[in-house]
Parts: sequence; C-alpha cells; structure tokens
Amino acid sequence: MALLQISEPGQSPNPHQRRIAVGIDLGTTHSLVAAVRNGVAECLPDGDGRVLLPSVVRYLAEGGRQIGHDATAALHTDARNTIASVKRFMGRGLADIAHASKLPYDLVGSGTDSGMVSIDTAGGVKSPVEVSAEILATLRYRAEDTFNDDLYGAVITVPAYFDDAQRQATKDAAKLAGIHLLRLINEPTAAAIAYGLDNASEGVYAVYDLGGGTFDISILRLTQGVFEVLATGGDSALGGDDYDAALADWVLGQLGLQALTATDKAAARLAARACKEGLTATETVAYAAYLAGIEARFDVKRSDFEAATADLTARSLAAVRRTLRDAQLTREEVQGVVMVGGSTRMPQVQRAVADFFGRAPLTNLNPDEVVALGAAIQANQLAGNNMAGDLLLLDVIPLSLGIETMGGLVERIVARNETIPTAKAQDFTTYKDGQTALALHVVQGERDLVQDCRSLARFELRGIPPMAAGAARIRVTFTVDADGLLSVNAREQISGVEAQIDVKPTYGLSDEQIARMLQEGFATAAQDMQARALVEARVDADRMLLATQSALDADADLLTDDDRAAIDARMQALRILATASLDAAELEAATQALAKATEPFAAQRMNRGIRQALAGKNVQTL
Amino acid sequence: MNLQSDDFELFGVPRRFAQERSALDARWKELQREAHPDRHSASSAAVQRQAMQWSVRINEAYQRIKDPLRRAAYLCELHGAPIRAEDNTAMPGDFLVQQMEWREALEEAGSVAQVEALEAQVQQARRAALERCAELIDLQQDFAGAACQVRALMFIARFALDIERRLEQLGQ
Repeated sequence: MALLQISEPGQSPNPHQRRIAVGIDLGTTHSLVAAVRNGVAECLPDGDGRVLLPSVVRYLAEGGRQIGHDATAALHTDARNTIASVKRFMGRGLADIAHASKLPYDLVGSGTDSGMVSIDTAGGVKSPVEVSAEILATLRYRAEDTFNDDLYGAVITVPAYFDDAQRQATKDAAKLAGIHLLRLINEPTAAAIAYGLDNASEGVYAVYDLGGGTFDISILRLTQGVFEVLATGGDSALGGDDYDAALADWVLGQLGLQALTATDKAAARLAARACKEGLTATETVAYAAYLAGIEARFDVKRSDFEAATADLTARSLAAVRRTLRDAQLTREEVQGVVMVGGSTRMPQVQRAVADFFGRAPLTNLNPDEVVALGAAIQANQLAGNNMAGDLLLLDVIPLSLGIETMGGLVERIVARNETIPTAKAQDFTTYKDGQTALALHVVQGERDLVQDCRSLARFELRGIPPMAAGAARIRVTFTVDADGLLSVNAREQISGVEAQIDVKPTYGLSDEQIARMLQEGFATAAQDMQARALVEARVDADRMLLATQSALDADADLLTDDDRAAIDARMQALRILATASLDAAELEAATQALAKATEPFAAQRMNRGIRQALAGKNVQTL
Repeated sequence: MNLQSDDFELFGVPRRFAQERSALDARWKELQREAHPDRHSASSAAVQRQAMQWSVRINEAYQRIKDPLRRAAYLCELHGAPIRAEDNTAMPGDFLVQQMEWREALEEAGSVAQVEALEAQVQQARRAALERCAELIDLQQDFAGAACQVRALMFIARFALDIERRLEQLGQ
C-alpha cells in the first residue's frame, strides 16, 4: 500500500508547486538577488561564490555586452561605454542629471526638452531601462540556475523617495528582463522586514538608508507582523557617489589639478572611492590616481574627508527632521534606528545619526544585503509559498500628486505619506460647447507652482459626448496602486461614457518603445520568447485553476448550482488545454474565460472575508 | 456591508463623533489584512481587482474617520448639514475677532518663543472647538451648529500650517 504524503502545515501541499520567487535589490553600485530557502532568506551567490553583482554594464562595438564583474575592469579603460550607477538616470531627463559634465558618458536628450535621458555607447544608444534590464536578467539567470527551474516572479526594491517616473522605469526594466514583477517595494521597508522579523521588534523604528546614489529615511510602526510606514522622505540624488565626487573635487583642488577626459574623470572618482573605503578603518589614506598619465597623490586624513562632505551628511539629517515632522513624532519616540546601505559604513555618518537620535544605530545585519533579504521574504509570501504568514506592508506614497490648473498652479490630488493603495476622484467640466476632449497634466512634488514640481505625464481624455459648455461632469479618478504607481481613468457622469485616455509620460518610455525593445529581442531570442510565452500561459492557467479550486474549497456555499456548474465547466476546459495545447493565445483566452466567470464569486468572497474580519473583532471586544 | 457602506459601518463602530483612536487603528489593520492586494497576489485577476477596490475604500474610510476634523465634517454631511466651506462662511460669533487677532499676532511675532506661544493658544482653541463639536453632534444632534464649528476648525488647521511655516523660517 502506498504511503500517504502529508505536507507540513502552512507549506505548499505539493513541493513541485513551490514557486521560485526572489527579492532583487537593484542598487546604484551593486545589485543582489535573494530567496527564502528552507524557511530562511539568503542571498544567492554566482558561480564564483560572489553575492554582489556590480551594477555595471559595458557595451561592445560588435554588439556584445559585459555585465557585472566582467565589466568593472573596463571602468578605467573603456569608461565611455561602461555604464555604472545607471540607477541615477532612471526616469530622469538630461537636464536633471547633476554634474553631467563630470561623467564619462555621452548622454543624449530626446530632442525635445523632456523624455528620459539615454546613453550613446559603442553598442548603440541605450536607455537606462535597457541597461537596468541587463542587470536584472543576469540576476534572473542566477536564480534560475540556482534552483534549476523557471522564475515565478520577483519583488524588486526601489528607493522610497523614487517618484512615479523612476518606479515606472524600474517596472519597465523588469518587463524587458522577462521577469514577472510581484511587487515594487521600498528599500527601507524591505530592510525593516528583514530586521523586524529577525529581532521580533515592536514599536516605532527609523530606517536610515544611504546607498550609492539615493538617500531614504522611513519611519515605521511595527505591530504583530504589520509594517506600517508612518512617513517617508529623502533625496533621490544623494548617496555614496556624491561623497566620492566631493572628495575627488577636494583633493584635485588641493593639488590644483582638473580631470578633463572621460578616462581621467573615471579615474579621479574611482580613486576617491577607494580612498573613502580605506578611511572607514584607517585615519589617513593616500589618494592615488593617474590623470593624463601623471600620478596625482595626496594623503587624505579622515577629518579632511569629513569636512569635505559635511554638507552632504547635514542634507540627509535635514530630510530626517522633515520626515519626523510628517510622522508627527519627536526623535525621542523612535525606539531604534536601522542603518541600511553601504554608505552607512562611513564613520561620520554613523556618528551623525547616533548624535541625532541619541542612541547607537542597529547594524547587526549586513547593510549591503538586508534590503534583498527583506524583499525575498515578501516575494515568498506574495508567491503564495507561505500561506500561514501574517506579514503585511502598509506603505505610503512619498511625494504628493497634483494636476496643473489655470496659471500654472498645482491642485493637490493625493497628499504625500498617504497609505497606498489609494484613489481620489475629481470632477471636471468642459468650457466650450461640443468639447469632446480634455487634457490633464499630472505633476508630483510639494511646491505650489507646476514649474517647481516634476512633470509626470500628460493625459488626453477623448470621446467625451458633445454637450453645452459646462454641462458635462467628467469624473477623473487617480489611482495609486500597491506598487506606488499612478493610473488615471475618466467617465462622463451624465452619459456614463468612459473616456479613452492617451498617456504621454514626460520622462518615461511609451508602450510602443517598450514593445520595440522587447521585439528587438532584448536578452532573449525570438523562439525563446515563443517558448517562454507558452510556459507563462501554462503557469498562469495553473495558477488560475489552483486559485479557483481553493476559492471553491473555502466558499462554494456562496454559489447557486447553475453558477457552480458554469465554473466547473470552464475549469474542466482549461485543465484540458493546459496539458494539451501548444498555443499560448488559446490558453490565455481560456484562462481569461474562467477569470471572467468567477468575477461575481470573487466579489462575494471578498465581502464575506471583510464581514468575518469585523465579526471576529466584535466577539473580542464584547 | 459593501463598498457603498459608510465609514462607520465599514469599521463596525457606532456612528458618532467620540471614537477611540487605538480601536480604529487596530480595526484598520484587521480589515487591510483581509483586503490588501498583497494578501491576494496569488489569486485570479478578478480577485485582485476586488482586493484593490476594498483596500482603497478601507484606506479612504480610515483617513477620514481617524481625523477628528474630517470625521466631524463627515458626520455633518451624513446628517444633511454639508460644510460647503467654499460658499458658506458662517462661523461661531466671536470667532471672526479671534481670527483677526491671531493674524495680527503672527505678523508681529518676531521670535520663536512668541510664535510658539501663539501656537499653544491656537492648539487650545482647537481642542475647545473639538469638544464643542462632540457635544453638538453626540449629545444635541445639532448638525448645523456642528458644521459651523467645523468651518472654524478648518480655519484653525490652515492657520496652524502658517504658524508651522513661520517657525521653519525662524528656525533656519
């Protein structure tokens, strides 16, 4: 007699249905991938045992590319084609790039004054989204090699202070890399997950996250598995790179030298970075760089470095102060301070943060790895591998969203630090007889004038039924989803007509551009894409069948016999196709049909769930 | 209960001004634990859409119900006494004089200590107006009177922002 297999409580019943889900920290300086294995989150090493992948991509003239460690060697020798710190270009225009003249790249604007900056390399003009996708794809392959299985999905982290354009660019990069994005989560929140779960903490915590190119501060309240972000702030252009640049400037100023060529600029910065890293452990380090073939040498004392970068550290603390005010908390109410990001290794940063909060910061987890580890824990839960898990993130939108009104003023729609997901509706009307279209300019930021905020996108609503001026009632709904991304829809209230919306992102890629990049076979050959489409369609079909079955197991009593029969028939049809069909489109259609048939059932179940949540509470309080 | 239920029904609390903040916070988290899209990420697209709608609705209700000013305004509206701040400027009798005095005091204040003293005064007025709101709504069911207090509270909230801005200027 065959033995019955019984799975551990909370574990997926069939080990083969365990989904490979990873957390990816797509960093300015380096990137990592982590996964939960045997209940523990750990970073996945490459074939040579290295966990950190340098976020560096080199484009070669023959069309090839080198990624990570292979590319770092060329930072000195082929600086123009070797892209480092590409994260700073994500969702940014040419005019946004600080000190562009000090960078060794040929940066290209988009012709008009808007559009995302791109980089002209030996391999062609590359968008920062494509460069980031190369890094993501490398980590995806690393994960697939580790588990010898297809990746189900990934949680990718972004700086909390990233605006909508920067988030969208990251999401687009995941798409190009063929990664099913489970969620974008904020880096400090991810770090808090890793720390909070590790130390079983409760209370109010501050996460000070100084990375290679971005600075975030988040204030969170931890209660019984709920990570509630109270406020977040930061500076999406402040990081270790700026400390390097400030040090390089200071040393070259002392020596009366200048770095003019691409090679010299790169050399001056790399020398500064090495010097900075040395100063963490030693009081004096020699700065040494070859500029125009001549050695520039200078003994840098730690106090020199601290003085040259004091205003950068002060800038981060100003953001901390603002964020505490937003959270309506004093610094004394913060129970612990978590340090994240390699740049928090600098002694002056640790000291400044300790002085500010009046307590020593927590540093017991590796500041380079903690973000990826937290993301992996969240990915594992989102993939449904940890049904018993009670982790819940309640994050916020970092910057207010508004629309342009008469005279270049901003009308605020969603306030910063509001918990996501959130939606706000605003009514508009026409000002001309027979007007059928309406344009909306959406901006992000805290200032009152449009010119002082970041332009996100222009939305054109079309198909409004023609009416007398002022008669139409167009309700525009701005929705910010759990990834922190904005979408807009509009409906004319009197006729009920849904407007069509064209989105023109100011610093993003259009759908057509992404489709073209995908078609150009980024990181995947054409037949590979077809095979992948079928695999994905099968995974989706299986996922849909599983989800429907578990919904039926739990709540079938909500259905009439007819409804039940209709769902059963669709499930049977999909089950047959999922094993037999080789046509991805056919399979997708059957999955869609089942999804549509179960929609009313889904609504009823959600209702019941909420009611039960309330009932449970009522019993407790009685 | 459904997506159209009012905030109080949704949170399962009595429809009144007096609320315990910690109970609302706990209820909010319980509801989000049920509805948040992250709790349904492995489900079908239809479920995810539903989760999104519920989660948005719960956040909307929480934002409104946890803030005493917005809660008072909401209760007035539910009872047929909309605030209409843009075209109704009726406020409690002595409040107009108070406003002018405060404005003058803020203009004349030259030190952080002076601004902070004014801030303390304004905060006290805010507490008093909220207490009055509680009485008018919960005890007297005088929603038109409460709407008047809400308009005064809206002025106080705006004025508190001006004070904060001023403190920031003086601090730098």
